[in-house]
Amino acid sequence: MAQKIDQLQKHMLEKIADLHSVPEGAYNIRSNGTLSGRNTTANIDIVSKEDKPGIDIIIKPGTRNESVHIPVIVSQSGLKDLVYNDFYIGEDADVTIVAGCGIHCGGDDTTEHDGIHTFHIGKNAKVKYVEKHYGEGDGAGERILNPTTVIYMEPDSYMEMETTQIKGVDSTIRDTTAKLEDGATLIIKEKIMTHGKQYAETNFQVDLDGVDSTANVVSRSVAKGTSRQVFNSKICGNNKCYGHTECDAILMDEGHVVAVPSLDANNLDASLIHEAAIGKIAGEQLTKLMTLGLTEQEAEEQIVSGFLK
Amino acid sequence: MLELQNICYQVTEDSQDIDILRNVSLKIDDEFTVITGPNGGGKSTMAKIITGIVKPTSGKILLDGEDITDLSITDRARKGISFAFQQPVRFKGLTVLDLLNLAHGEKLSLDAACQYMSEVGLCARDYINREVNASLSGGELKRIEIAMVLARGTKLSIFDEPEAGIDLWSFNNLIRVFEEMRRKIEGSIVIISHQERILNIADHIVVIADGQVSEQGTREEVLPKLLTSSEACSTLMDKVV
Ligand SMILES: Nc1ncnc2c1ncn2[C@@H]1O[C@H](COP(=O)(O)OP(=O)(O)OP(=O)(O)O)[C@@H](O)[C@H]1O
Ligand SMILES: [Mg+2]
Repeated sequence: MAQKIDQLQKHMLEKIADLHSVPEGAYNIRSNGTLSGRNTTANIDIVSKEDKPGIDIIIKPGTRNESVHIPVIVSQSGLKDLVYNDFYIGEDADVTIVAGCGIHCGGDDTTEHDGIHTFHIGKNAKVKYVEKHYGEGDGAGERILNPTTVIYMEPDSYMEMETTQIKGVDSTIRDTTAKLEDGATLIIKEKIMTHGKQYAETNFQVDLDGVDSTANVVSRSVAKGTSRQVFNSKICGNNKCYGHTECDAILMDEGHVVAVPSLDANNLDASLIHEAAIGKIAGEQLTKLMTLGLTEQEAEEQIVSGFLK
Repeated sequence: MLELQNICYQVTEDSQDIDILRNVSLKIDDEFTVITGPNGGGKSTMAKIITGIVKPTSGKILLDGEDITDLSITDRARKGISFAFQQPVRFKGLTVLDLLNLAHGEKLSLDAACQYMSEVGLCARDYINREVNASLSGGELKRIEIAMVLARGTKLSIFDEPEAGIDLWSFNNLIRVFEEMRRKIEGSIVIISHQERILNIADHIVVIADGQVSEQGTREEVLPKLLTSSEACSTLMDKVV
């Protein structure tokens, strides 16, 4: 059922999903607002929504070691794409989900993709969710990506979310909310680099509702040029639980970063921690790498790429 | 060969001039030199002046006859100067292997990287992919710092108190590493140290006190004086683990 993928699409797929060909296992490729390829497996079904744009991804209980790729490519300048993807992950499943959106904007009109992803994670299921956002193109049009992620975690489920935006997105507002039941664990690792006049806003809201639920939300970012970043992270401990949020940002040039942590403990046995550090690259780090023979600029690049690795 | 000619370093603090180094002249030949002396004497400052991290107020630095006084840290490193810091730097994200690769100048084979790690007494499997961040202990960082200089293998290697924070067992191995290095590298090794056992393997000893060279010469000439002079002795004892 897969259609042919053109050069540009191929290149974008590499950027956002490390894919060099059509992925193995289940996948759904969305290109310029339409379906351009889909594959389902015995355990993973993908169904188009009837009432609104988007898909339901249904993963059978007990599915193990399978993956789903759902990349989105927007290359048509001026397109405003909105999509709802709902994931239903059955009990005891153990799967990897790779999403990602690449915008190639060659024209002068604003191009936008808003993806709303909702995860229903069944008891004891384990999900690794990898999401990359990327923009490119010589057009003057703005490239905008506004991903929303909504996570419901049933008892003893586990989710690790890796979300990365390294290049080319002019404006992004990234909203993530999660509700965790007893014994559920959520780990979020965010990596962001902004340059030029870009703007990136991140809003995390995690509700630790269940006994022994755990969340660890870690963001690392680099703000170059005159770009601006806002990091809002709120963890609510409504039970005996453990929550940790950390924001670590490197400032370069005239970058601007605002970190607004907030912890809300509603239970005597809630243990919540926040850490935030914003600053330029430490001079001694540059010096050390220069004593190894790197130029100042090479040292800076190494430090930044290591930091965002 | 490295030569310092009349190096002075002055800083101004609260509109007062402080002399940190006063007219230091020194030649370091193809041999094993140990620089010692009291805390605050100016040893680390001198190492930073040699490596270009600190610019002297006046004076000249020559490397193999070439005036390198105005060269950057990078250029000096590329000309063959390596420096293990007294206080190693931590990096978020960069791993031990990343740093060894950068030090070596090209990607090391895993075997070679492991070799450097085992020379400093660390099990490569446990460390090679660890981030060089606050999770490493002080002694581990010091050893990685030394491994980086080994991985560079340049003609002039300077170690600033390499033994600090390293346990006794590893200290014996460390001495072996330096002796091995002396055999292998056709170049100069400079170690800043307060340890008698490191002074014992020196060819040449330089004593820096109060910003000046107060003694220098062969080990046979300098060491007996150090061990009898009560002042020098107490500074030696200061840091003995
Ligand atoms: N930038 C500076 N401003 C003010 N004082 C300085 C500066 N740099 C060094 N000093 C002072 O110069 C003196 C020499 O310092 P240095 O670190 O070189 O000593 P050292 O011989 O390496 O001592 P140690 O054995 O404790 O390592 C010290 O008194 C130190 O406080
Ligand atoms: Mg010192």
